[in-house]
Amino acid sequence: MLALAASTIAQIALEPFSRPEIDWHAVAPELILLALGALITVIDLVGLEKVRKWMPTLTSFAFLAALIPVLTLWNDGGELPRSLFDGAYVVDRYSLVLKGLFLLTGYVVVLLSTNYMSEGDYYDSEYYQLIAASILGMVVMTSSRDLISIFVALELLSIPAYLMAAWRKRDLKSNEAGLKYMLMGVFASGILLYGMSLLYGVSGSTKLTDIATALSTGSSKPLFTLAIVFTIIGFGFKVSAVPFHTWAPDTYEGAPTPLTAFLAVASKAAGFVAMINVIIVAFPGQADVVEPLMAVLAAVTMTVGNFIALRQTNMVRMLAYSGVAQAGYIMAPLAVYGTNGDRVPSAMVTYLVIYAAMNLGAFAVILVAARKTRSAEISSFGGMFGYAPGLTLAMTLFLFSLAGIPPVGGWWAKFEIFRVLTEGHRAIGIVLAVILAVNSVIAAFYYLSITKQMWFMPTPDGDESPVTIPPALQVALVLTVIVTLASGILPGLVSDMAGNLQLALP
Amino acid sequence: MFLNQFLFFAAGLFSIGVYGVLTRKNGVLVLMSIELILNAVNINLVAFGAFNQDISGQVFALFVIAVAAAEVGVGLAIVLLIFRNRRSIDIAEADLLKG
Repeated sequence: MLALAASTIAQIALEPFSRPEIDWHAVAPELILLALGALITVIDLVGLEKVRKWMPTLTSFAFLAALIPVLTLWNDGGELPRSLFDGAYVVDRYSLVLKGLFLLTGYVVVLLSTNYMSEGDYYDSEYYQLIAASILGMVVMTSSRDLISIFVALELLSIPAYLMAAWRKRDLKSNEAGLKYMLMGVFASGILLYGMSLLYGVSGSTKLTDIATALSTGSSKPLFTLAIVFTIIGFGFKVSAVPFHTWAPDTYEGAPTPLTAFLAVASKAAGFVAMINVIIVAFPGQADVVEPLMAVLAAVTMTVGNFIALRQTNMVRMLAYSGVAQAGYIMAPLAVYGTNGDRVPSAMVTYLVIYAAMNLGAFAVILVAARKTRSAEISSFGGMFGYAPGLTLAMTLFLFSLAGIPPVGGWWAKFEIFRVLTEGHRAIGIVLAVILAVNSVIAAFYYLSITKQMWFMPTPDGDESPVTIPPALQVALVLTVIVTLASGILPGLVSDMAGNLQLALP
Repeated sequence: MFLNQFLFFAAGLFSIGVYGVLTRKNGVLVLMSIELILNAVNINLVAFGAFNQDISGQVFALFVIAVAAAEVGVGLAIVLLIFRNRRSIDIAEADLLKG
């Protein structure tokens, strides 16, 4: 080891240092987010209380500004994929679609947070800075093709989320939500890291492509089976796969509601992105180990999630368990990646895009309703059609979409998953598709019972005064309704963008 | 180089850490158990790096140390917050949310 260090020092002493070539255009979205975080800190220090009310505006415009380089990179087709830092960071169409998804999700979450944060007694500036940091971690995750950058991105997106979950400082429930999320999250990253250290050990490199080569030629099967299982379990916590989902409902209920939307959509999507990157790029030859594991995880996750969601009385908890079930649907294609791996990323990204729109929309409706009813119990949604017909219609769209009823978006997302599962005519795919179909029926039951509550049940306390929707929430609702409807009626829009995504190998 | 000894030592530390996380009720002790897991990872990384004559294992270990510091900083802040509101850091008492 001393010899190694000595030789490294000798190398450094002999060669003059030259900065590696950096493709600034390719990392422009990340740099804009980084600048945003720094800017918020400085402005907050200088302006103190006076500038706080401008923070949501600044943050949301910066997210939209970061979309510009994503679009220019997308149109710059000839030069994609761009590989940076010796292949550890790759910008391809797959990562660009996801960067766009995360930035837009961040934009909508800021819209959802604006009134919630300014009306409660919270720290505004720090909150938006943490959201920017977390979104930066997700944007980095989409391009990571190296164990170190995947780990750093995962922590960069998780650590701010632990803090934001405990944001309501004096509320015991919020404290508890933060504590549970933090302990489970840190424990999961410990397990993930142990798996990664074994992967590094068997392959001698942290680059995913090198790991793929080493695993397919290596002979120590038990060791890398252990490494693969630990790695996947680590990501399983992040996407709330059963049996690693126990933090999700508690954290979702206790955390501030806009943050719950953020966790349910963006953080979960980032976990799936990490899973796709690692499984598709690093384990292409290990289907015999990964496929059964993913099949069991997916089947158990969707079934358990749906059955527990059936008996929830709190809307946010119900959406948490429905999110667990949806995670099962999303990870199902990874159970057949060995035979049609080139179709898996497209199907999963399509689902993630549509899932983001419909779930953020549902949370927006809950936020609006809670401004009047001060409650997230399902019974408090009774008779909403009487005093807020537009809102009821929007929520019905989102719930139909979550249940997968045409013509709203969700059906296309589910259809894509079915297509990937059944295409190869393999027993494992067909069985999963059947389990998914049965689960969709169970899920429709609890989604539709909320619709029934809103359209036909009486208002619980007879308060029929109309709800006022603040402008920020109006924009969020309009955006999510448009995406949910458009992706169902014109599925071509989504499939043109996400239809044939491949992970570029550096 | 005896790689096995390092790996067994790391596996032992990892197991003790997992056991601690699963059984301890004190918030700070759970965080310390998580530190044991992360240190097991560091030993693994450095041992493998030396065995493979490759520098990236040590670089990875440095990243783990830095990120673990941030994690524990946030973790202690949340435990302190709980202690202020409840006068207790027993995580088994944090049971307002269930179902």
